[in-house]
Amino acid sequence: MISQEQLSAIKGAKVLMVGAGGIGCELLKTLALSGFQDIHVIDMDTIEVSNLNRQFLFRQSHVGQSKAKVARDAVLRFRPNISITPYHANVKESHFNVNFFKEFDVVLNGLDNLDARRHVNRLCLAADVPLVESGTTGFLGQVTVHLMGKTECYECQPKPAPKTYPVCTITSTPSKFVHCIVWAKDLLFAKLFGDKNQENDLNVRSSDAANSSEHSEDAFECRQDEDIEQYGRRIYDHVFGHNIEVALSNEETWKNRNKPKPIYSNDVLPKKLTNENGNMEKGCATDDVSAMSSLGLKNPQDVWSLAENSRVFLEALRLFFLKREKEIGNLSFDKDDQLAVEFVTAAANIRASSFEIPLHSLFEAKGIAGNIVHAVATTNAIIAGLIVIEAIKVLKKDSNDYRMTYCLEHPSKKMLLMPVEPYEPNKSCYVCSQTPLLLEVNTHRSKLWDFVEKIVKAKLGMNFPLIMQGASILYEVGEDLEEDMVAIYAANLQKTLSELPSQVTSGTVLTIEDLQQEFSCNINIKHREEFDEEKEPDGMLLSGWVEAPVDKDNSKAVGNGESTSNALPAEEILEGEKDVEIQEISVGTENATGRKRKLFEVSKGTTPDHSGLSDERKNHNQIEKLDVDDEDDELIISDDWESLTKKKRL
Amino acid sequence: MDGEELTEQETALYDRQIRVWGADAQRRLSKSHILVYGMKGTVAEFCKNIVLAGVGSVTLVDDRVVAEEALSANFLILPDKNQYQGKTLAEVCCDSLKEFNHMVHVSVEKGDISTFGVEFFEKFDTVVISCCSLAKKKLINQKCRKLSKRVAFYTVDCRGSCGEIFVDLQDYKYSKKKLEETIECQLEYPSFEEAISVPWRALPRRVSKLYFAMRVIELFEDVEDRNPGETSIADLPGILKLRKELCETNSLSESQVPDALLERLLIGTREFPPVCAIIGGILGQEVIKAISGKGDPLKNFFFFDAMDGKGLIEDISEPNTGSQAALINDDM
Repeated sequence: MISQEQLSAIKGAKVLMVGAGGIGCELLKTLALSGFQDIHVIDMDTIEVSNLNRQFLFRQSHVGQSKAKVARDAVLRFRPNISITPYHANVKESHFNVNFFKEFDVVLNGLDNLDARRHVNRLCLAADVPLVESGTTGFLGQVTVHLMGKTECYECQPKPAPKTYPVCTITSTPSKFVHCIVWAKDLLFAKLFGDKNQENDLNVRSSDAANSSEHSEDAFECRQDEDIEQYGRRIYDHVFGHNIEVALSNEETWKNRNKPKPIYSNDVLPKKLTNENGNMEKGCATDDVSAMSSLGLKNPQDVWSLAENSRVFLEALRLFFLKREKEIGNLSFDKDDQLAVEFVTAAANIRASSFEIPLHSLFEAKGIAGNIVHAVATTNAIIAGLIVIEAIKVLKKDSNDYRMTYCLEHPSKKMLLMPVEPYEPNKSCYVCSQTPLLLEVNTHRSKLWDFVEKIVKAKLGMNFPLIMQGASILYEVGEDLEEDMVAIYAANLQKTLSELPSQVTSGTVLTIEDLQQEFSCNINIKHREEFDEEKEPDGMLLSGWVEAPVDKDNSKAVGNGESTSNALPAEEILEGEKDVEIQEISVGTENATGRKRKLFEVSKGTTPDHSGLSDERKNHNQIEKLDVDDEDDELIISDDWESLTKKKRL
Repeated sequence: MDGEELTEQETALYDRQIRVWGADAQRRLSKSHILVYGMKGTVAEFCKNIVLAGVGSVTLVDDRVVAEEALSANFLILPDKNQYQGKTLAEVCCDSLKEFNHMVHVSVEKGDISTFGVEFFEKFDTVVISCCSLAKKKLINQKCRKLSKRVAFYTVDCRGSCGEIFVDLQDYKYSKKKLEETIECQLEYPSFEEAISVPWRALPRRVSKLYFAMRVIELFEDVEDRNPGETSIADLPGILKLRKELCETNSLSESQVPDALLERLLIGTREFPPVCAIIGGILGQEVIKAISGKGDPLKNFFFFDAMDGKGLIEDISEPNTGSQAALINDDM
């Protein structure tokens, strides 16, 4: 199939792949087979067992090694004469700058998180290098092409914000299992094993309500006179018994809700647990410590009874204090930490019992708690094939033939693979069209620190920001700053916007730059006195082309995956090959009403002239060109997306 | 849920996909036996996918010796003469596939698949063949259909930038999720011979042109006694002549089988790796779906053309053989 023209475009190309995971393994293989000779691969990850079901370049013996390096070696086995350059590194590191990106003819993304995708998008824009972007989850996938000035950039479409839940749903009125998981992970686990100094809504709730000394502020501290089992039971009774009773005393809450049932350990378990854990005391490696195995529970797919969950809860807590005491105070939930998953599963299930919410297995709970993305090899293989097809078009500069392609689970208009014409750049995109954003903020109350953390880092996705008002620099992050400047910037962070050396008030225009991304944008400041604490927890409101609206019942951020006590961007929640857009898109395509544009199947110049053929054939060619109502010749365009995002077609 | 539980090792390895199709489907996969014939690039992709998915066994049949051409789109063959010399394609691919997943039993069966008796096919749940002549496709499909046990049958072929999959699940029952409910469905498939015998004029007006183009070339190879895939652009005049005859017999406008499309299929004698990945991916997904009995399987042709980027499902069956999935009455 490959024409000479295509072949020379492929052979001469220098390609950058970002990501050597699910899509990356398939992509590297298909690129190599297709004749690409100079491929560079960046991936910061190491190989894990749960990768092996789809990342076929990796074996059990590679677990723990660099994905980029192992992938290179594996592909060189069947294509020894090509050049593959691996980087075991984060694409956000400063040496992957604009000059680095400029070396490539095309960049191909197989990433697993929004943050890195935005970063690469900006570098590709700054370097004016075409980007082929991709994502999969389960049987769904998509491939898009981004070329500055020709098609929309990755950030022209607002991205859905990570799912969050109102605080009161988590602390007082859970109605779904996921609410119990968020409570167990972000409140209880964080309170018991994480940084004690972090704000935690669990603490507020318990100390506010109870005045007796019994339930004072240090209810979670282990007392001098109690052993670890007594401590565990006291915590159990406090969070599943006492706290529920306190919640029940607020009659108003339960008028239209089912009342929860307080649970005390003595109701569920014998007063004294027989010590069946003798075998555990013989020191075993930290990562092998498991409440399940010490209790003889084998199948992670089983749903445990309330009593079993209670035992797991106490045993997991005991093991944390016994075997992993050094880590206590520094732990954050990790889906690959077996003991943490056991603790969170058990705690969530006990809480679910209180609220008559169906219990779940450890396997299911782990998926919810870790935001584990469904992933199969076939979708990744299909998407990788589509990426290479688009990459070849990019190299041949066939910009009229670019397509975004959706891989669907259920056919739409008979199609499982649905190509769509790309959109043109969004004129109001703050990334590729430099449209200013608007920030409403109380300039007398909000500090520069709030602005940097909540807006510049969290919303604009910048890593090395430089903030300017006119010509004066208010803040800067960099490696080679003068000491006195660092001190000034540190002092500025603690000042409110109106106190800054060059005052920021209503009408001020701030310029924010990221030197590494070579990206800058302007923000118009508008002073506003009051903010709704529940609906606008940041105390400021950024508008413009930034983020899709969050769920309507969202208020203060308690995100599944993003802990309340941690202001970091929700990077971890996008594990696997997930692309958050996909769910939305698959809904859109099902309802596609199909505004269509005619395209001739025989595109320009692909019909070689074979002399000596009959006139009949020529006639048929004419007939074919007239036969435009044939569905084969049409390109489907969904109206739904357009109305959703108000974009224009190319 | 029936059968034994998944082992700890299986749960760890298959974690991400169990989250897609469930533990029950994973158990069914691990008990399934798959026969594969014709080890070209597309089939290599397919085999990789099902070995990773964790089927019970894969049996490879292909006695051809490894030649330079076989390396082009097949990543299972390492380009080291010492490794593949004296071995058949099936043997070399078997060695590579085994490494992908030690829990899957991969083996080679020697011999001419056309001469294998009906009882040979009884050992399998799924038969996938590629690079087969029209006669061979019909023959093997018939053998699968003769068995009392239902053996799913697939053919797959890629020509240049295009690919085709045919599916025969015979009388197939499955469940799918509709809103919150799980409903039972049933589909009846025609055999390959029955499907391609459906008069072209009886087909829906907008059937993919690839369907007709592939049939013309397939028949040409059969009439001329060519090895499958060995026709080239030099055969165009003969193929255009056959197209004319077929279109006349079927009262179909020749414009439904465009010259340009036929030319593209004939110029591309070698497989195009991105298309192999796509067709091998769709086929893998379909085989997994059919074994697990979960989700709508495709009925009964799939086409992909890199030129327009569409991946299309076509139902090529007699209008009366239940083209709609029938719901099974729960009372039965």
